[in-house]
Amino acid sequence: MVGVKSVPSPAISADERSHEVDHPSSQVAHFGTEQPLRLDCGVDLTPFQIAYQTYGELNADRSNAVLICHALTGDQHVANVHPVTGKPGWWETLVGPGRPIDPKHYFIICSNVIGGCMGSTGPASINPATGKVWGLDFPVITIPDMVRAQAMLIDRLGIDTLFAVVGGSMGGMQVLQWTSAYPARVFSALAIACATRHSAQNIAFHELGRQAVMADPDWHGGGYADHGIHPHRGLAVARMAAHITYLSDAALHRKFGRRMQDRELPTFSFDADFQVESYLRYQGSSFVERFDANSYLYLTRAMDYFDIAADHGGVLAKAFAGIQTRFCVVSFTSDWLFPTSESRALVHALNASSARVSFAEIETDRGHDAFLLDVPEFFDISRAFLQSAGKARGLTGKDR
Amino acid sequence: MSVQEVLPLGGPSSAQSGQFRADHLLVAEMVKPGSKVLDVGCGEGDLLQLLETRGIDGRGIELSREGVNRCVAKGLAVVQGDADTDLVNYPDDAFDYVILSQTLQATRQPRVVLENLLRIGRRAIVSFPNFGFWKMRLQLLIGGHMPRTENLPATWYDTANIHFCTIKDFVELCDEINVKMERSVALDLYGRPVPLNLPWWVWNMFGEQAVFLLSRGGGK
Repeated sequence: MVGVKSVPSPAISADERSHEVDHPSSQVAHFGTEQPLRLDCGVDLTPFQIAYQTYGELNADRSNAVLICHALTGDQHVANVHPVTGKPGWWETLVGPGRPIDPKHYFIICSNVIGGCMGSTGPASINPATGKVWGLDFPVITIPDMVRAQAMLIDRLGIDTLFAVVGGSMGGMQVLQWTSAYPARVFSALAIACATRHSAQNIAFHELGRQAVMADPDWHGGGYADHGIHPHRGLAVARMAAHITYLSDAALHRKFGRRMQDRELPTFSFDADFQVESYLRYQGSSFVERFDANSYLYLTRAMDYFDIAADHGGVLAKAFAGIQTRFCVVSFTSDWLFPTSESRALVHALNASSARVSFAEIETDRGHDAFLLDVPEFFDISRAFLQSAGKARGLTGKDR
Repeated sequence: MSVQEVLPLGGPSSAQSGQFRADHLLVAEMVKPGSKVLDVGCGEGDLLQLLETRGIDGRGIELSREGVNRCVAKGLAVVQGDADTDLVNYPDDAFDYVILSQTLQATRQPRVVLENLLRIGRRAIVSFPNFGFWKMRLQLLIGGHMPRTENLPATWYDTANIHFCTIKDFVELCDEINVKMERSVALDLYGRPVPLNLPWWVWNMFGEQAVFLLSRGGGK
């Protein structure tokens, strides 16, 4: 192959990765055989564990807990340095001292989803029945399964009602699932750049990513752990494809245009001549350092299956009938993965249920990724929504 | 549709009482404390904030994205939407009052909107600029131009107000669709109520805007 640089190998060893999988540096809640997780696929997952981070302190009447739900490739390290990558928390723009979700006011919880690979039980964990990595023997999980597991964690923490559940993208799906499954346990819900179901186009992109992983010979039918390798080439391609869907044409053009990477002229090869290529390759290779390939398959599958209306006789409004939760729905103009039309459909259903809902569409050219970036209007809205909900919840004085 | 776009109230009729507009205070006074209210075309949320200070559970719909985002940033429950197309999503009797403040004349189907207001809400409060106001009449009669006033400065070709009516016209529409007028107040150019005991034609002549409290009429 002339001039082809493959995606670089990850800097972290398989050992280090598997250490975070089974023995995370986060707090861990263990659920023994007496407390199985009943999965939608009909399997009882047991025993299992949930890794989570907390920030701030729970107040005396346990009314200031905020649950942050992470997106597809996120994890529980929302506002602290990541133990594997050494990078800042993935949502430090929104969560942290002086931010709209400030640990001074709230007891903030963020857990790794079930099926994840940062300490909660998933396909990269050890199956206690065999003593080997689960791999594809791990049961298929759904967004409702993730939320059911989170509810068990919240019970374990002694919290009855969450002051707020907050999330974007797949995290937003969990927020909506929380409000539909446990309306009385959610005082307010901030659902960002999400939808009540995964669209055909989104399923198609996920299938592309999964096929890329499975096409990597190192995947070994999902049994790569037994071979001591990881299909990082396939996973990197999946990540590259997905990353394009998180951006917008305008953002890519603004960021990279047709500019060349460290060269003046084309090399007449398949090297990364363009900055945008180099950027995508970097995104792919840095992702495989911290993420398990099978976990990626399971979590994308969970998103594909998500359809709240289907679980309520096809009528979305039924999912939220009589709900008292205060909602804030936020979308971004250039997000074509979870477009405003999806948020609007949600808002219409909430209106039909007479729910208290705020809905803002924020103008930005940064695509789906905007929810993770520095978008001041989004922060103002989040802050005001939570403050107003806090007032209604009676969170005053030192709790605020 | 923001109030400012439809009816810039920078003129004399924006007579303020404290921080609130005269017509807003009048509307707020018509709403019973503790009720649930939908403000259609809530602009930047001034009326909703006024209602909130009186312990009223207020929600809003606003067409302009900037207006909505400012409302949400004030902690108000406001969604982006259009009175013409989005009211159908609300169930019957969802609110005690639905308010349409200075927006009726900018809707594509005022009659359908009015019917929806009284389907969603047990009562509706509607305010609008009166096209029968003497200054308007004079401009058309003497000047031969489509009227433009301090409060309605837009030209005929760039105005958002596509369905102007007079107080008399509005009363006739209410009769036609079997809507009961529980209270009606005409405000003069200075935001003062036109005295109650004067006949309709005086209101129609001297009311610069009108505020109606409406409820569903008995079956015809």
